[in-house]
This record gives sequence, structure tokens and C-alpha cells, in this order.
Amino acid sequence: MNRQQVLDLYFLDARHKLVDLAAFLDRVDRARGRDDFRLKAFRAALRGLEGRKRNRAKRVLLAFSDLTSKPVAKAETKGASGAWKCMASR
Amino acid sequence: MEMHGITMRYIEPHAHMVSRVTDDYERMVLAGCAAVCEPAFWAGFDRGSPAGFQDYFSQLTEHEPKRAAKHGLKHFCWLCINSKEAEDVKLAEEVVALVPHFLDRPNVLGIGEIGLNKNSRNELRVFEMQVELAARHNQLILVHTPHLEDKWKGTRLILEALKNDPRIRPDRVIIDHVEEHTVEMVLDAGMWAGMTLYPETKCTPARAIDILETYGQERLWLNSACDWGVSDPLAVPKTALEMKKRGHHAAAIDQVVFQNPKRFLSQSPKFKLQEIIPTSKSG
Repeated sequence: MNRQQVLDLYFLDARHKLVDLAAFLDRVDRARGRDDFRLKAFRAALRGLEGRKRNRAKRVLLAFSDLTSKPVAKAETKGASGAWKCMASR
Repeated sequence: MEMHGITMRYIEPHAHMVSRVTDDYERMVLAGCAAVCEPAFWAGFDRGSPAGFQDYFSQLTEHEPKRAAKHGLKHFCWLCINSKEAEDVKLAEEVVALVPHFLDRPNVLGIGEIGLNKNSRNELRVFEMQVELAARHNQLILVHTPHLEDKWKGTRLILEALKNDPRIRPDRVIIDHVEEHTVEMVLDAGMWAGMTLYPETKCTPARAIDILETYGQERLWLNSACDWGVSDPLAVPKTALEMKKRGHHAAAIDQVVFQNPKRFLSQSPKFKLQEIIPTSKSG
């Protein structure tokens, strides 16, 4: 597909998702309480969208990831939260 | 669905049909599904004993193929203890000891979906135990990579463990649930990569096609991994439709959704796609 075709097929969907994302951040700001590690990772991931460098999806995914290399001592839970909890120590 | 005048066909290489309703089988067949493959996975709760797994393996090898056959669909499966129940090593050892008793069943393709969940030492130990089982019995391997923040690290640990066993041939291993940050390391290791199409996590159809366009379609396949969670058993044909919208030719779509899984799975002599006659009232 050329760029015009990509825009024709995906622009409205991407616009919709961008507005939804903006509304999410407004909703978080309106709510009382403190940020946690997930929001910190989220804001870091947003920086991966800036500029014209490629591989944005990869950069966003890495911003949420545990990038350490050793297995953890024990699985304390089964679920995943979407962001690495020790992000602050990075 | 038709693709440039050709009726679409696809293989669903990863679906947890034990947690789906029978109507899903009908919808899949209507959409062109030629075979469904079901890896052993977590039931949403921890089983209390090895006997729970014994029953599950019987369900995957006896009951579910009959249920699929009622709609003219071939059903295959993979056996293992999944990573979410691998923290209890003693239980895992007992379950792994059960698996060889089922490997000769006609619809068993290999060991899977083994892998990691939270990247713990015990999970890794149980993963290696099952790689050893696969090597000893010359079985194909299907690997689950962790969710979300744990995926990148888990994929690296999995690849290291597989590379450490010289008996494992990379082209007989599929690493599933890859995304943009893990697909390259899997393909570089010579293994196959699976992309899972989920509405909220893993890949969307658009992103999966981006990955195909970026990395080529030589050793990639698509799956719905439909289960008891938010998932769509028709995710593969819907992605085929998205490929068509982007201008991919029918032959290229057929390679991704039919030929590629057929090529990998046919490494097991049990994977055959011949017509089957639906059974009557059994099951």
C-alpha cells in the first residue's frame, strides 16, 4: 500500500484510539490519588511515539517490559499487570 | 469467504476448544477451517492433583476430537503441564510422567504449550524438564511466551534454554505469542513464530500483518488462541480479510493461514488433513 492508501484504511481508527488515549489520561488526572508504576511506564511509553524514528511499537512494548535477565526466585502471582513493577529502579 | 474467486481455507493452529461452545466449531468450519490444534493449557484454576491432568489429557485425545468431527473438522492436540501450574515442581514431575502414556494417541502432535509465565526458577526447571521429554520422544515443541511485561525476558530465557540442548532442532519448535519486541529474536534463532490475535492483548490483525510485511512470512503463523477469556475463534479468517483489504494476493494469504501451519505441523506424521466422516451420537 502507498501512504495514501494506509491513511485511507487506518486514519480514522488511529484517530479514534488517540482520542481515547487522551481521554484516559484526562480521566486519570481528574481522579483523586497517586500515580503508580503503571502510569509511570505509560508516560515513558508515550515518549516512544515522538519523532519520526521507526519501530515505535517495539519501543512502546519495551518501555513496559522487564529487561532484566535472571529468573525470579518464585512466581508470587499468575497474572501480569501490563507494566514492570520495578520500573522505578531503571 | 472467497479470496479472488477461491474459497478461503485456513488451519487454526492454537485454540482451546474445551472452553468454547459447539457453535464455535460450526462457525469455524463455515469460515473455511480445515483443522484445529489444541495445546494443553491452564484451566483458569489450579488442578488439585495429577489425576486432574489425566482426565484433561483424555478429554483432549478422546472427547474433543469426536466433538470436532461432528462438524467435519480434524482435531489435533499438544500435551504438557502449563507454566502457570509449574511453580509446584513435585506436581509437575508427576504430570510430566503421565504424558508419555498419551503420546501414541492418533491426534497428539507434540509437547505444548510449555513455557514460562512469571519467569521463575521453578517454571524454568519445569520447562527444561519438558524440553527433555520432547527430545527423548522426538516430539515437536510448542512454546507459550509470557504475557505483557514478562514477555521479552521470558522469550530470551526460553531461547537460551532451547539453544542449550543440542538435540532440539530449531525448525521443530514454534514460539508462540510473539509481538514486535520478540519476533526478531525468535526468527533469528531459526525457530517458527506464532502471532496470537487477541482483542485486548497480544496482536491485533493490523499489527500482525505489519509484522508479516516487516519480517516476511517464511516461518510465521497466525492463531486465535481462543479460550475462556476475551478472544475470538474467527480471528484468523478476519485477519485474512484484513490482508485482502491491504491488497495481499490470495496465494500470499493462503501461505500464511494454511500452508505455513501445514508445513510446520506436517513434521509430525500424524498431521493429515484428509476428509473425515462426522461421528453420530457419541460424546
